[in-house]
Amino acid sequence: MSNRSSFALVALTALLGLILTLVPLPHWVAIARPAFLVLVVLYWSTMAPFSAGIGLGFVSGLALDVFEGSLLGEHALALAFVTYLAIRLHLLMRAKPLFEQSIFVFAGLVVYEFLLWVIDGWSGHPTTGPARWIHTVSGGLIWPVIVGFLGRFHTPQ
Amino acid sequence: MAGFGTAVNRPLYGRGPSPGLRFTGYALLALTIMYFDQRGQLSERMRYGLQAIAYPIQLLVSSPGTLWHGMSSAFQTRSSLREENAALKARTRELELAAMRELALEQENAQLRDLRQALPPLVKKWQLAEVVSIETTPLRQRLVINRGKHDGAFVNEAVIDDHGILGQVARIGPFSSEVILITDPEHAISVQVVRNNLRTVAIGSGNSGELLLRDLAVNSDVKSGDLLVSSGLGGVFPAGYPVAQIIGVRREANQLLAQVRAAPLAQVERAREVMLIEFDPAHPAAPAPNPPIAPLPPPPSPKHPAPVEADD
Repeated sequence: MSNRSSFALVALTALLGLILTLVPLPHWVAIARPAFLVLVVLYWSTMAPFSAGIGLGFVSGLALDVFEGSLLGEHALALAFVTYLAIRLHLLMRAKPLFEQSIFVFAGLVVYEFLLWVIDGWSGHPTTGPARWIHTVSGGLIWPVIVGFLGRFHTPQ
Repeated sequence: MAGFGTAVNRPLYGRGPSPGLRFTGYALLALTIMYFDQRGQLSERMRYGLQAIAYPIQLLVSSPGTLWHGMSSAFQTRSSLREENAALKARTRELELAAMRELALEQENAQLRDLRQALPPLVKKWQLAEVVSIETTPLRQRLVINRGKHDGAFVNEAVIDDHGILGQVARIGPFSSEVILITDPEHAISVQVVRNNLRTVAIGSGNSGELLLRDLAVNSDVKSGDLLVSSGLGGVFPAGYPVAQIIGVRREANQLLAQVRAAPLAQVERAREVMLIEFDPAHPAAPAPNPPIAPLPPPPSPKHPAPVEADD
Protein backbone atom coordinates (compact mmCIF):
# COMPACT_ATOMS: atom_id res chain seq x y z
CA MET A 1 0.00 0.00 0.00
CA SER A 2 1.38 3.37 -0.91
CA ASN A 3 1.87 6.13 1.57
CA ARG A 4 -0.84 8.30 0.14
CA SER A 5 -3.54 5.66 0.08
CA SER A 6 -2.71 4.64 3.63
CA PHE A 7 -3.04 8.25 4.71
CA ALA A 8 -6.42 8.47 2.99
CA LEU A 9 -7.49 5.24 4.66
CA VAL A 10 -6.50 6.45 8.11
CA ALA A 11 -8.20 9.81 7.56
CA LEU A 12 -11.40 8.22 6.24
CA THR A 13 -11.70 5.70 9.06
CA ALA A 14 -10.98 8.45 11.59
CA LEU A 15 -13.76 10.54 10.05
CA LEU A 16 -16.06 7.54 10.26
CA GLY A 17 -15.11 7.13 13.91
CA LEU A 18 -15.87 10.81 14.53
CA ILE A 19 -19.27 10.50 12.89
CA LEU A 20 -20.12 7.41 14.96
CA THR A 21 -19.10 9.35 18.06
CA LEU A 22 -21.45 12.20 17.17
CA VAL A 23 -24.54 10.45 15.78
CA PRO A 24 -27.40 11.35 18.10
CA LEU A 25 -28.64 8.42 20.14
CA PRO A 26 -31.18 8.04 22.93
CA HIS A 27 -29.86 8.98 26.35
CA TRP A 28 -29.37 5.47 27.70
CA VAL A 29 -27.56 4.24 24.57
CA ALA A 30 -25.37 7.34 24.37
CA ILE A 31 -23.99 6.68 27.86
CA ALA A 32 -22.63 3.29 26.83
CA ARG A 33 -21.44 4.37 23.38
CA PRO A 34 -17.77 3.50 22.93
CA ALA A 35 -15.44 6.32 21.96
CA PHE A 36 -15.14 5.13 18.36
CA LEU A 37 -12.67 7.77 17.26
CA VAL A 38 -10.33 6.91 20.13
CA LEU A 39 -10.55 3.23 19.23
CA VAL A 40 -9.76 3.92 15.58
CA VAL A 41 -6.76 6.04 16.58
CA LEU A 42 -5.60 3.30 18.94
CA TYR A 43 -5.96 0.73 16.18
CA TRP A 44 -3.84 2.65 13.70
CA SER A 45 -1.22 3.58 16.25
CA THR A 46 -0.72 -0.05 17.22
CA MET A 47 -1.12 -1.69 13.82
CA ALA A 48 0.49 0.98 11.66
CA PRO A 49 2.40 3.33 13.94
CA PHE A 50 4.32 4.67 10.95
CA SER A 51 1.41 6.07 9.02
CA ALA A 52 -0.48 7.27 12.07
CA GLY A 53 1.65 8.93 14.67
CA ILE A 54 0.95 11.05 17.69
CA GLY A 55 -0.12 13.77 15.26
CA LEU A 56 -3.21 11.75 14.37
CA GLY A 57 -4.09 11.47 18.06
CA PHE A 58 -3.60 15.19 18.55
CA VAL A 59 -5.70 16.23 15.55
CA SER A 60 -8.47 13.74 16.37
CA GLY A 61 -8.51 15.00 19.94
CA LEU A 62 -8.78 18.57 18.72
CA ALA A 63 -11.74 17.54 16.55
CA LEU A 64 -13.40 15.98 19.62
CA ASP A 65 -12.79 19.20 21.53
CA VAL A 66 -14.54 21.20 18.84
CA PHE A 67 -17.53 18.91 18.53
CA GLU A 68 -17.96 18.19 22.21
CA GLY A 69 -17.33 21.80 23.15
CA SER A 70 -14.87 20.95 25.88
CA LEU A 71 -11.85 23.02 26.78
CA LEU A 72 -9.85 23.33 23.55
CA GLY A 73 -6.84 21.03 23.79
CA GLU A 74 -8.26 18.77 26.48
CA HIS A 75 -9.10 15.75 24.35
CA ALA A 76 -6.06 16.56 22.20
CA LEU A 77 -3.72 16.14 25.16
CA ALA A 78 -5.41 13.00 26.49
CA LEU A 79 -5.58 11.31 23.10
CA ALA A 80 -2.00 12.29 22.19
CA PHE A 81 -0.83 10.70 25.44
CA VAL A 82 -2.74 7.47 24.87
CA THR A 83 -1.46 7.37 21.28
CA TYR A 84 2.06 7.78 22.60
CA LEU A 85 1.55 4.87 24.98
CA ALA A 86 0.11 2.77 22.16
CA ILE A 87 3.06 3.50 19.90
CA ARG A 88 5.55 2.64 22.61
CA LEU A 89 3.76 -0.61 23.37
CA HIS A 90 2.61 -1.54 19.88
CA LEU A 91 4.90 -4.56 19.47
CA LEU A 92 3.91 -5.95 22.83
CA MET A 93 0.24 -5.39 22.11
CA ARG A 94 0.24 -6.87 18.62
CA ALA A 95 1.70 -10.11 19.92
CA LYS A 96 -1.19 -10.63 22.31
CA PRO A 97 -4.41 -12.49 21.58
CA LEU A 98 -7.49 -10.36 21.04
CA PHE A 99 -8.81 -10.94 24.53
CA GLU A 100 -5.68 -9.52 26.13
CA GLN A 101 -5.65 -6.68 23.64
CA SER A 102 -9.12 -5.79 24.87
CA ILE A 103 -7.78 -5.47 28.39
CA PHE A 104 -4.95 -3.25 27.15
CA VAL A 105 -7.48 -1.08 25.33
CA PHE A 106 -9.65 -0.89 28.41
CA ALA A 107 -6.63 0.28 30.40
CA GLY A 108 -5.79 2.83 27.73
CA LEU A 109 -9.35 4.17 27.75
CA VAL A 110 -9.26 4.45 31.53
CA VAL A 111 -6.07 6.50 31.29
CA TYR A 112 -7.70 8.65 28.61
CA GLU A 113 -10.87 9.25 30.61
CA PHE A 114 -8.84 9.87 33.76
CA LEU A 115 -6.89 12.64 32.04
CA LEU A 116 -10.15 14.20 30.83
CA TRP A 117 -11.61 13.91 34.30
CA VAL A 118 -8.60 15.59 35.88
CA ILE A 119 -8.58 18.42 33.33
CA ASP A 120 -12.34 18.89 33.70
CA GLY A 121 -11.89 19.20 37.43
CA TRP A 122 -8.99 21.64 37.20
CA SER A 123 -10.69 23.85 34.68
CA GLY A 124 -13.90 24.06 36.69
CA HIS A 125 -16.18 21.96 34.52
CA PRO A 126 -18.65 19.55 36.07
CA THR A 127 -17.31 16.02 36.48
CA THR A 128 -20.61 14.37 37.19
CA GLY A 129 -21.09 10.83 38.20
CA PRO A 130 -19.80 7.40 37.29
CA ALA A 131 -21.60 7.39 33.92
CA ARG A 132 -18.61 8.82 32.10
CA TRP A 133 -16.55 5.70 32.84
CA ILE A 134 -18.98 3.27 31.21
CA HIS A 135 -17.52 3.77 27.74
CA THR A 136 -14.14 2.41 28.86
CA VAL A 137 -15.75 -0.99 29.39
CA SER A 138 -17.84 -0.95 26.23
CA GLY A 139 -14.79 0.25 24.29
CA GLY A 140 -12.74 -2.72 25.50
CA LEU A 141 -15.59 -5.08 24.66
CA ILE A 142 -16.00 -3.75 21.13
CA TRP A 143 -12.25 -3.81 20.36
CA PRO A 144 -12.32 -7.22 18.59
CA VAL A 145 -15.02 -5.87 16.27
CA ILE A 146 -12.90 -2.81 15.48
CA VAL A 147 -9.89 -5.03 14.76
CA GLY A 148 -12.00 -7.30 12.56
CA PHE A 149 -13.45 -4.36 10.65
CA LEU A 150 -10.34 -2.24 10.14
CA GLY A 151 -8.18 -5.34 9.53
CA ARG A 152 -10.02 -5.89 6.24
CA PHE A 153 -8.60 -2.72 4.77
CA HIS A 154 -4.93 -3.47 5.04
CA THR A 155 -2.53 -6.39 5.25
CA PRO A 156 -0.90 -6.67 8.64
CA GLN A 157 2.51 -8.27 8.54
CA MET B 1 15.27 -1.70 6.89
CA ALA B 2 14.06 -5.19 7.35
CA GLY B 3 12.63 -6.14 10.69
CA PHE B 4 9.26 -5.15 11.89
CA GLY B 5 7.02 -3.54 9.37
CA THR B 6 3.42 -3.00 8.65
CA ALA B 7 1.37 -2.04 5.70
CA VAL B 8 3.40 1.06 5.34
CA ASN B 9 7.08 0.30 5.26
CA ARG B 10 8.48 3.21 7.08
CA PRO B 11 10.73 2.67 10.04
CA LEU B 12 9.46 4.02 13.31
CA TYR B 13 12.78 4.97 14.82
CA GLY B 14 15.57 6.85 13.13
CA ARG B 15 13.17 9.03 11.21
CA GLY B 16 12.49 12.41 12.64
CA PRO B 17 12.21 12.98 16.37
CA SER B 18 11.49 10.08 18.73
CA PRO B 19 7.91 9.43 19.86
CA GLY B 20 8.72 10.76 23.32
CA LEU B 21 9.97 14.04 21.92
CA ARG B 22 7.01 14.33 19.58
CA PHE B 23 4.59 13.68 22.38
CA THR B 24 6.28 16.34 24.48
CA GLY B 25 5.87 18.81 21.62
CA TYR B 26 2.19 18.01 21.14
CA ALA B 27 1.57 18.07 24.89
CA LEU B 28 3.11 21.53 25.19
CA LEU B 29 0.99 22.70 22.25
CA ALA B 30 -2.17 21.27 23.85
CA LEU B 31 -1.34 22.85 27.20
CA THR B 32 -0.78 26.23 25.54
CA ILE B 33 -4.09 26.05 23.71
CA MET B 34 -5.85 25.01 26.91
CA TYR B 35 -4.29 27.84 28.87
CA PHE B 36 -5.43 30.46 26.39
CA ASP B 37 -8.84 28.89 25.95
CA GLN B 38 -9.39 28.87 29.70
CA ARG B 39 -8.37 32.53 29.97
CA GLY B 40 -10.77 33.31 27.14
CA GLN B 41 -8.19 35.06 25.03
CA LEU B 42 -8.19 33.07 21.85
CA SER B 43 -11.49 31.32 22.17
CA GLU B 44 -13.89 33.82 20.58
CA ARG B 45 -12.25 34.12 17.17
CA MET B 46 -10.90 30.62 16.98
CA ARG B 47 -14.14 29.06 18.15
CA TYR B 48 -15.98 31.06 15.51
CA GLY B 49 -13.76 29.61 12.79
CA LEU B 50 -13.91 26.11 14.22
CA GLN B 51 -17.68 26.29 14.45
CA ALA B 52 -17.75 27.08 10.72
CA ILE B 53 -15.52 24.09 9.93
CA ALA B 54 -17.55 21.78 12.12
CA TYR B 55 -20.92 22.73 10.69
CA PRO B 56 -20.77 20.59 7.48
CA ILE B 57 -19.93 17.50 9.53
CA GLN B 58 -22.75 18.26 11.95
CA LEU B 59 -25.11 18.54 8.98
CA LEU B 60 -23.80 15.24 7.62
CA VAL B 61 -24.26 13.51 10.95
CA SER B 62 -27.81 14.73 11.31
CA SER B 63 -28.76 14.02 7.69
CA PRO B 64 -30.18 10.50 8.23
CA GLY B 65 -32.57 11.83 10.86
CA THR B 66 -33.54 14.80 8.72
CA LEU B 67 -34.08 12.55 5.73
CA TRP B 68 -36.24 10.18 7.74
CA HIS B 69 -38.29 13.03 9.10
CA GLY B 70 -38.72 14.53 5.63
CA MET B 71 -39.77 11.21 4.14
CA SER B 72 -42.22 10.36 6.86
CA SER B 73 -43.85 13.77 6.50
CA ALA B 74 -43.96 13.38 2.70
CA PHE B 75 -45.82 10.10 3.02
CA GLN B 76 -48.33 11.31 5.57
CA THR B 77 -51.82 10.34 4.64
CA ARG B 78 -54.52 12.77 3.76
CA SER B 79 -56.61 11.89 6.78
CA SER B 80 -53.77 12.36 9.26
CA LEU B 81 -53.01 15.75 7.72
CA ARG B 82 -56.67 16.70 8.01
CA GLU B 83 -56.67 15.67 11.65
CA GLU B 84 -53.56 17.68 12.32
CA ASN B 85 -55.06 20.65 10.55
CA ALA B 86 -58.19 20.48 12.68
CA ALA B 87 -56.14 20.23 15.86
CA LEU B 88 -54.04 23.22 14.87
CA LYS B 89 -57.13 25.27 14.06
CA ALA B 90 -58.61 24.49 17.44
CA ARG B 91 -55.38 25.48 19.13
CA THR B 92 -55.18 28.73 17.19
CA ARG B 93 -58.68 29.60 18.28
CA GLU B 94 -57.81 28.92 21.90
CA LEU B 95 -54.73 31.08 21.67
CA GLU B 96 -56.66 33.86 19.95
CA LEU B 97 -59.19 33.82 22.74
CA ALA B 98 -56.43 34.02 25.32
CA ALA B 99 -54.70 36.85 23.47
CA MET B 100 -57.82 38.90 22.88
CA ARG B 101 -57.67 40.61 26.23
CA GLU B 102 -53.90 40.96 26.03
CA LEU B 103 -53.87 44.44 24.51
CA ALA B 104 -56.33 45.76 27.05
CA LEU B 105 -54.38 44.17 29.88
CA GLU B 106 -51.17 45.65 28.59
CA GLN B 107 -52.67 49.14 28.62
CA GLU B 108 -54.19 48.64 32.02
CA ASN B 109 -50.82 47.49 33.27
CA ALA B 110 -49.13 50.57 31.85
CA GLN B 111 -51.69 52.79 33.61
CA LEU B 112 -51.17 50.99 36.87
CA ARG B 113 -47.45 51.46 36.54
CA ASP B 114 -48.12 55.11 35.86
CA LEU B 115 -46.44 55.16 32.50
CA ARG B 116 -47.45 57.95 30.19
CA GLN B 117 -47.06 56.13 26.91
CA ALA B 118 -47.87 52.62 25.84
CA LEU B 119 -45.12 50.07 26.30
CA PRO B 120 -43.18 48.75 23.33
CA PRO B 121 -43.78 45.08 22.61
CA LEU B 122 -41.51 42.87 24.69
CA VAL B 123 -40.33 40.77 21.77
CA LYS B 124 -38.32 42.93 19.42
CA LYS B 125 -37.42 40.31 16.89
CA TRP B 126 -37.83 36.59 16.66
CA GLN B 127 -36.80 33.96 14.18
CA LEU B 128 -37.33 30.28 13.73
CA ALA B 129 -34.32 27.98 13.78
CA GLU B 130 -34.04 24.31 12.94
CA VAL B 131 -32.25 21.93 15.25
CA VAL B 132 -29.31 20.42 13.41
CA SER B 133 -28.04 18.15 16.12
CA ILE B 134 -28.82 17.44 19.72
CA GLU B 135 -26.53 16.17 22.43
CA THR B 136 -27.97 14.98 25.70
CA THR B 137 -25.28 13.34 27.78
CA PRO B 138 -24.88 13.65 31.55
CA LEU B 139 -22.04 16.13 31.01
CA ARG B 140 -23.49 18.20 28.20
CA GLN B 141 -26.95 19.12 27.04
CA ARG B 142 -26.60 21.12 23.87
CA LEU B 143 -28.28 21.81 20.55
CA VAL B 144 -26.78 22.98 17.31
CA ILE B 145 -29.14 25.18 15.32
CA ASN B 146 -28.93 26.46 11.76
CA ARG B 147 -28.83 30.16 12.58
CA GLY B 148 -25.59 32.01 13.12
CA LYS B 149 -24.06 35.45 13.05
CA HIS B 150 -25.19 36.00 9.46
CA ASP B 151 -28.80 35.52 10.53
CA GLY B 152 -28.46 37.99 13.37
CA ALA B 153 -28.14 35.53 16.22
CA PHE B 154 -25.94 36.55 19.14
CA VAL B 155 -24.42 35.02 22.24
CA ASN B 156 -26.82 34.87 25.23
CA GLU B 157 -29.87 35.18 22.99
CA ALA B 158 -32.83 33.41 24.56
CA VAL B 159 -34.05 30.21 22.90
CA ILE B 160 -37.57 28.95 23.55
CA ASP B 161 -39.96 26.45 22.05
CA ASP B 162 -43.74 26.68 22.16
CA HIS B 163 -43.93 25.34 25.71
CA GLY B 164 -41.28 27.33 27.52
CA ILE B 165 -37.68 28.37 27.83
CA LEU B 166 -35.24 25.92 26.27
CA GLY B 167 -31.86 27.58 26.75
CA GLN B 168 -29.58 30.26 25.42
CA VAL B 169 -27.04 30.66 22.65
CA ALA B 170 -23.64 29.72 24.03
CA ARG B 171 -21.35 29.83 21.03
CA ILE B 172 -21.84 31.34 17.69
CA GLY B 173 -20.53 30.53 14.23
CA PRO B 174 -21.21 32.16 10.90
CA PHE B 175 -24.11 29.89 9.91
CA SER B 176 -24.78 27.86 13.02
CA SER B 177 -24.71 28.28 16.73
CA GLU B 178 -24.59 26.13 19.79
CA VAL B 179 -27.38 26.38 22.33
CA ILE B 180 -26.83 25.41 25.95
CA LEU B 181 -30.03 23.88 27.31
CA ILE B 182 -31.40 24.73 30.74
CA THR B 183 -30.80 21.08 31.68
CA ASP B 184 -27.03 21.31 31.04
CA PRO B 185 -25.14 20.93 34.33
CA GLU B 186 -23.26 24.14 33.53
CA HIS B 187 -26.47 26.15 33.16
CA ALA B 188 -28.44 27.96 35.83
CA ILE B 189 -31.56 30.04 35.36
CA SER B 190 -33.15 32.39 37.83
CA VAL B 191 -36.79 31.41 38.39
CA GLN B 192 -39.70 32.23 40.63
CA VAL B 193 -42.63 30.19 41.83
CA VAL B 194 -45.82 31.58 40.29
CA ARG B 195 -47.94 30.81 43.35
CA ASN B 196 -45.95 32.91 45.84
CA ASN B 197 -43.18 34.69 43.88
CA LEU B 198 -40.50 32.77 45.76
CA ARG B 199 -37.25 33.30 43.88
CA THR B 200 -34.59 30.70 43.39
CA VAL B 201 -32.14 29.27 40.88
CA ALA B 202 -32.79 26.19 38.76
CA ILE B 203 -29.65 24.30 37.80
CA GLY B 204 -29.41 21.74 35.03
CA SER B 205 -29.04 18.15 36.16
CA GLY B 206 -27.53 16.62 33.03
CA ASN B 207 -30.73 14.64 32.62
CA SER B 208 -32.92 16.19 29.95
CA GLY B 209 -36.08 15.73 32.01
CA GLU B 210 -34.91 17.38 35.19
CA LEU B 211 -33.79 20.63 36.80
CA LEU B 212 -32.55 20.91 40.37
CA LEU B 213 -33.45 23.65 42.85
CA ARG B 214 -30.58 23.32 45.24
CA ASP B 215 -30.86 26.29 47.52
CA LEU B 216 -34.34 26.19 48.98
CA ALA B 217 -34.57 25.89 52.73
CA VAL B 218 -36.39 22.91 54.23
CA ASN B 219 -39.26 25.10 55.37
CA SER B 220 -39.67 27.01 52.09
CA ASP B 221 -43.11 27.01 50.61
CA VAL B 222 -42.86 24.82 47.51
CA LYS B 223 -44.80 21.76 46.57
CA SER B 224 -45.15 19.34 43.73
CA GLY B 225 -46.99 20.86 40.79
CA ASP B 226 -45.85 24.44 41.34
CA LEU B 227 -45.13 26.29 38.13
CA LEU B 228 -41.77 28.05 37.77
CA VAL B 229 -41.39 31.06 35.49
CA SER B 230 -38.30 33.08 34.69
CA SER B 231 -37.74 35.92 37.13
CA GLY B 232 -35.98 38.33 34.76
CA LEU B 233 -32.83 38.38 36.86
CA GLY B 234 -29.57 37.26 35.32
CA GLY B 235 -29.72 39.33 32.20
CA VAL B 236 -30.67 36.72 29.63
CA PHE B 237 -34.29 35.74 29.98
CA PRO B 238 -37.18 38.16 30.45
CA ALA B 239 -39.54 37.82 33.38
CA GLY B 240 -42.59 35.63 33.26
CA TYR B 241 -41.76 32.96 30.70
CA PRO B 242 -42.62 29.41 31.76
CA VAL B 243 -39.61 27.28 32.65
CA ALA B 244 -40.52 24.17 34.59
CA GLN B 245 -42.92 22.45 36.92
CA ILE B 246 -41.89 21.05 40.27
CA ILE B 247 -42.17 17.27 40.31
CA GLY B 248 -40.69 16.33 43.63
CA VAL B 249 -39.83 17.85 46.99
CA ARG B 250 -37.90 15.89 49.58
CA ARG B 251 -37.39 17.24 53.04
CA GLU B 252 -35.15 15.44 55.46
CA ALA B 253 -35.00 16.32 59.10
CA ASN B 254 -31.22 16.35 59.29
CA GLN B 255 -30.64 18.63 56.33
CA LEU B 256 -30.91 22.38 55.96
CA LEU B 257 -31.94 22.38 52.34
CA ALA B 258 -34.85 20.70 50.65
CA GLN B 259 -34.15 18.58 47.60
CA VAL B 260 -36.42 19.92 44.91
CA ARG B 261 -36.66 18.59 41.38
CA ALA B 262 -38.50 20.17 38.48
CA ALA B 263 -39.31 19.04 34.96
CA PRO B 264 -38.67 21.54 32.16
CA LEU B 265 -41.80 22.48 30.23
CA ALA B 266 -39.93 22.90 26.94
CA GLN B 267 -39.60 19.61 25.11
CA VAL B 268 -35.88 19.33 25.46
CA GLU B 269 -35.29 16.04 23.69
CA ARG B 270 -37.94 16.33 21.02
CA ALA B 271 -37.27 19.87 19.86
CA ARG B 272 -36.97 20.14 16.07
CA GLU B 273 -37.73 23.81 15.64
CA VAL B 274 -36.94 26.48 18.19
CA MET B 275 -37.39 30.22 18.40
CA LEU B 276 -34.57 32.70 18.88
CA ILE B 277 -35.88 35.78 20.63
CA GLU B 278 -34.45 39.23 20.98
CA PHE B 279 -36.12 41.36 23.62
CA ASP B 280 -36.68 45.08 23.70
CA PRO B 281 -34.62 46.37 26.63
CA ALA B 282 -37.05 49.29 27.11
CA HIS B 283 -39.79 46.95 28.34
CA PRO B 284 -39.95 46.50 32.12
CA ALA B 285 -40.19 42.73 31.82
CA ALA B 286 -37.03 42.56 29.71
CA PRO B 287 -33.94 41.02 31.27
CA ALA B 288 -31.78 43.41 33.25
CA PRO B 289 -29.37 45.03 30.83
CA ASN B 290 -26.13 43.75 32.31
CA PRO B 291 -25.23 40.24 31.16
CA PRO B 292 -23.98 37.89 33.87
CA ILE B 293 -20.53 37.35 32.42
CA ALA B 294 -19.75 40.74 30.96
CA PRO B 295 -16.24 41.40 29.72
CA LEU B 296 -14.37 43.70 32.05
CA PRO B 297 -14.69 47.34 31.03
CA PRO B 298 -11.46 49.09 30.09
CA PRO B 299 -9.97 51.02 33.01
CA PRO B 300 -11.41 54.55 32.97
CA SER B 301 -8.87 57.09 31.81
CA PRO B 302 -8.65 60.27 33.87
CA LYS B 303 -9.25 62.48 30.82
CA HIS B 304 -12.56 60.91 29.81
CA PRO B 305 -14.48 59.83 32.88
CA ALA B 306 -16.99 57.13 32.14
CA PRO B 307 -20.51 58.51 31.78
CA VAL B 308 -22.68 57.68 34.74
CA GLU B 309 -25.69 55.70 33.66
CA ALA B 310 -29.06 56.80 34.90
CA ASP B 311 -30.60 54.35 37.29
CA ASP B 312 -34.27 53.57 36.99
